[in-house]
Amino acid sequence: MGNRISCQNTLISVSNLSFSRGDKKIFDDISLEFERGKITAIMGPSGTGKTTLLKLMGGQLLPNQGSIIVDGQNVHRLRRSELYNLRKRMGMLFQSGALLTDMSVYDNVAFPLREHTKLPESMIRTLVLMKLEAVGLRGAYSLMPNELSGGMARRVALARAIVLDPMMIMYDEPFTGQDPISMGVLVHLIKALNKTLGLTSIIVSHDVHETSAIADYIYVLSGGKVVGQGTPEAIRQSDSEWVQQFMTGAADGPVHFHYPAKDYMDDLLSTGKRY
Amino acid sequence: MIELLAHLGKNTRSSFSKLGRGTFFLLQCLAGIISVLPRPRLLLNQMYSVGVLSFLIISISGLFVGMVLGLQGFYILSDFGAETTLGVMVATSLVRELGPVVSALLFAGRAGSALTAEIGLMKATEQLSGMEMMAVDPIKRIISPRFLAGFLSMPLLATLFSAIGIIGGQIVGSGLLGVDEGAYWAQMQAKLDFYDDIINGVIKSVVFGFVTSWIALFEGHDAVPTSEGISRATTRTVVNSAFSILGLDFILTALMFGDD
Amino acid sequence: MQHTSTQDTLVGLFVAAGITALFFLALQVSNLSALTEKDSYTITARFENSGGLKVKSPVSAAGVKIGQVSAISLDPKTYEAVVKMSIYSQYNNIPSDTTASVFTAGLLGEQYVSLEPGGSEEFLKNNGAIEITQSAIILEKAIGQFLFKSAEEKK
Repeated sequence: MGNRISCQNTLISVSNLSFSRGDKKIFDDISLEFERGKITAIMGPSGTGKTTLLKLMGGQLLPNQGSIIVDGQNVHRLRRSELYNLRKRMGMLFQSGALLTDMSVYDNVAFPLREHTKLPESMIRTLVLMKLEAVGLRGAYSLMPNELSGGMARRVALARAIVLDPMMIMYDEPFTGQDPISMGVLVHLIKALNKTLGLTSIIVSHDVHETSAIADYIYVLSGGKVVGQGTPEAIRQSDSEWVQQFMTGAADGPVHFHYPAKDYMDDLLSTGKRY
Repeated sequence: MIELLAHLGKNTRSSFSKLGRGTFFLLQCLAGIISVLPRPRLLLNQMYSVGVLSFLIISISGLFVGMVLGLQGFYILSDFGAETTLGVMVATSLVRELGPVVSALLFAGRAGSALTAEIGLMKATEQLSGMEMMAVDPIKRIISPRFLAGFLSMPLLATLFSAIGIIGGQIVGSGLLGVDEGAYWAQMQAKLDFYDDIINGVIKSVVFGFVTSWIALFEGHDAVPTSEGISRATTRTVVNSAFSILGLDFILTALMFGDD
Repeated sequence: MQHTSTQDTLVGLFVAAGITALFFLALQVSNLSALTEKDSYTITARFENSGGLKVKSPVSAAGVKIGQVSAISLDPKTYEAVVKMSIYSQYNNIPSDTTASVFTAGLLGEQYVSLEPGGSEEFLKNNGAIEITQSAIILEKAIGQFLFKSAEEKK
């Protein structure tokens, strides 16, 4: 716990968090800190519950143990209305974009404004066009979500996430399944938005290069534990086998190629009982 | 044997837990209606997709059901020399039973399945989750308006079904088969009571609309967010709605027309 | 959410059509018009046997419907059926010595009360009573009597 960041700069602190789904332990007593105004990345192989962590932070799931403090408020102790007020200040970018498919790009970005404010339509228009301009899609305002490419959908979702001027944004796998150009655009956008809007960014990802290029601090999760943390440079030079395997992408190592199973020979020779 | 019992027990438990979730969902949905009222635009959009888009299938089916009733009724009644009561027969069967029941079944197939698929897909594509993270309650914003729209549209559709059916019966009865038009209407008016027959039929359709919308929205909201899960949920909507409609119809009929 | 105004119009038309259908059912299909449009007054008649008469069975004179049965009860002392009838107030000149009979429309038709006006100068008023009545003909009884008679004649 020696290298924790000092407390007044911490926007979110996750302490002693445990969460399990059924019998499977997803998080086992983990503690993380996210510093204000920085880009912090949570990395780890798929299936380690990185998205679950974001949902816990957003109060969509309840932890079995531990607490998550966002801007001084314990997310899971809040009353519903307080939680909703907190969420207005937390932007989240879903992996799929999660655009509302029955509305145009313009209406999607305007959606949080229309739901939460009583601004006149002319001001909504100005705000929406400004945010769309920021992600470079002002010209696409009349398109429907099904007419957008995956990268464009994510950028529209990003515009929507920042339209209420939140204090932070959580990115769920922003780079997955993107071509190099859209990936570059997103990397640039995340960095630029973080700087210009003074956002605190949390990136959940398993794309090592893109993430370590923009992150200020990285946590590596595996098997429900934090197996490594530090600046990108420190992580790259980590002597942990886990971290090394993850960063270099080796097929076998501490994270095994095989899903846990019973003995191979036994399985082949067994009577073939169905499960 | 023990395995079977265990299986049975597990199934019973899961169906009770589903019923529990369904009830909780319904309560949330009803509570959410309050926040729909100041925003009639939300309701209007759903009235369009739930009501207006079901209008065509309901009116065409109503016309044909009425025409068939006219035809069949004429053959049976003419054996007794009672063709003049054709109107009574057509109108009674439509207003009391076929109007509410058939239109509710069509509604479950047309609008209910669409609602389930829509909500299920919204769940699968994280739209509901996304809304929650934007501090918008998806129950209030998405579910309640649809529920209210279904609940309001159903009696309108059933009434239209009956009215069009009665006209269809008249077209066949007096247009093709030569039953006196005056007798068709006069006998009907003499026999059918506004409260006992028509209002009871409307009450039935209100109940069916309530149940069908509930089932459809809950199945969508409770669906496993995969393509298979949504397809199963859609099937369940149609099957469970049909069972509920027919079962409730029996109970309601016994309650309403029992002592006549 | 484009074409909102068209959508609004269609929803409006849909709701209007539904309400029209309800009015159609109320006025054209059911007897709501008969009940609401006409004021009525009540008269009673006692029958030895009211047969298959029901509430809302028609009351007619010379084949014209002039009202309907509003209540049927049993007099606990005389064991007669007491039939209350609502008569439309436009027919306020029914003589007090009118005969009321329970008839059947056709062989399988419904039963109705037929009023045959007498010659009295006095007319029935609200809550007035018809003194002369003829009970329903019970088909089984009539057939039984007919068979019995024809069997006796053959002897």
